[in-house]
Amino acid sequence: MTIFTDLTLLAMRDGLAARDFTARELVGAHVTAVEAARPLNAFIVETPEIALAAADAADAALANGSAGLLAGIPVGIKDLFCTKGVQTTAASAILKGFTPRYESTVTARLFDAGAAMLGKLNLDEFAMGSSNETSAFGPVISPWRALGSQAPLVPGGSSGGSSAAVAARLCAAATGTDTGGSIRQPAAFTGIAGIKPTYGRCSRWGIIAFASSLDQAGVMARTVADCALMLEAMAGYDPKDSTSLNAPVPAYAKALSGSLKGKRIGIPREYRMDGMDSAVDALWQQGIAWARDAGAEIVDVSLPHTGEALPTYYIVAPAEASSNLARYDGVRYGMRVAPDGGTLNDMYEATRAAGFGHEVKRRIMIGTYVLSAGYYDAYYLKAQKVRALIAQDFEHAWESCDLLLTPTAPTAAFGLGAKMADPIAMYLNDVFTVPASLAGLPAMSIPAGLDPDGLPLGLQIIGRPLDEQGVLNASYALEQAAGFVAAPTRWW
Amino acid sequence: MAVDHEMVARVAGLARLKLAPADVAPLADELNKILGWIDQLQAVETGNIQPMTAVIPNSRPWREDEVTDGGIQDDVLANAPEAAHGFFAVPKVIE
Repeated sequence: MTIFTDLTLLAMRDGLAARDFTARELVGAHVTAVEAARPLNAFIVETPEIALAAADAADAALANGSAGLLAGIPVGIKDLFCTKGVQTTAASAILKGFTPRYESTVTARLFDAGAAMLGKLNLDEFAMGSSNETSAFGPVISPWRALGSQAPLVPGGSSGGSSAAVAARLCAAATGTDTGGSIRQPAAFTGIAGIKPTYGRCSRWGIIAFASSLDQAGVMARTVADCALMLEAMAGYDPKDSTSLNAPVPAYAKALSGSLKGKRIGIPREYRMDGMDSAVDALWQQGIAWARDAGAEIVDVSLPHTGEALPTYYIVAPAEASSNLARYDGVRYGMRVAPDGGTLNDMYEATRAAGFGHEVKRRIMIGTYVLSAGYYDAYYLKAQKVRALIAQDFEHAWESCDLLLTPTAPTAAFGLGAKMADPIAMYLNDVFTVPASLAGLPAMSIPAGLDPDGLPLGLQIIGRPLDEQGVLNASYALEQAAGFVAAPTRWW
Repeated sequence: MAVDHEMVARVAGLARLKLAPADVAPLADELNKILGWIDQLQAVETGNIQPMTAVIPNSRPWREDEVTDGGIQDDVLANAPEAAHGFFAVPKVIE
């Protein structure tokens, strides 16, 4: 008997096309899995009726030959994407009850392709976090546990609901967004694949903004080919987003190739950190060997400003966030707290104090400070100059290589609460993912091995602008070499 | 560039965040730790470097200057905490 929730997205598509099972059966099995997995707290809102209606529509479309690319595929949507008629909160108390009257471009494309939305996935508040612990709806618990331990682990962040749901087999794939690593790091923590495409590949229209020059939507799924197919459906030019790139979207899944013959893969020496986790380092070396076996030429490269990427990010991202989050003022949507007899300004201040969580306030404060008169040049302008140097580093690297191979995160998943008291320790999770974000480059994490505690570790492939196909191909080659089949043991 | 309590209060005012007096000191400590860490950027030589303004070079698309949206007052007001007479309602701002 087929266990529907264990199928890859491609196997689901093939089974549906062959009418081995119906979309109703497939989606129904996932609706049941979602209900049974509430201890993970992966979903903020479950939408079984929407999922089943989409399944019925998919069955009809499959019967009459009009089925889209994702007809009947059960997916989860990060609660940062506005969904018409379904509460959208960015996991913030300030947006509780907000029900968009419009659909984000990315979700509209997925639904047009026939995808069935199981619900809205939990995340760090406004996508600010690396552990999904800053959500106003409570933390997401990873489906993974260390060997011989019952201690709850984080699923990574900010797309922690997405990573947990895909890893726990609650959905075939999920949308994520990545500002500094929010797709790749949670993918690595939960043993799944995740791709952040080139900045501008997927429309940002209808995605709740965090840092507009960094935010980019992407896919999280259990295989590279699954990511490729879903990205095809999501990506493409959108006149409603002025930073959207007007470039054709290739048929990524069909073109997947596991050969790296003729490809030069760069190994950036600055990514070798002092005191690096030995399991992470060993996996990286293994990945290099796999790439060589697949035909790639391995090249030593230098990205000299790697060490400055995180502090640069923690100026640019909070600055843009402080500006973007100015809109939450209790006037047009979301929470309002109006003290009796208070002024308009009292209302703004009370609303924002009550509606934002601690990490969001901290970043708004940093952002407001670095943009304020007298500090702008020293912080924001300086950071945008260093950011230009970081982007130049990559441009120089592309003279001698086609792709870069690095670890995704410096460690495996950590325990719930382990890093909440130290913001900088939390920020360091993104040390390997932030540079590609600052340069707008496509990057993917694939599950490649387990650490001695039995927890997943990821490898990251970074590519040239718009070379998602190259990134997917290299990831596909490494995925085949790694043969990663580990899955969390169900405890929920 | 250490942030003192007065600066924390000033920035909170700019950001329209009401701070309880007890929150100021711990927030000042947190911000100083983070800003102290960020300060390492000052050591980077950026003499002739132009600040980044576009992540991926992209020319601004042109379009016809025509009305493509509108007439959706109900949608715009649907999520307002308070709306009256077709407008957003706020506490009185004119004496």
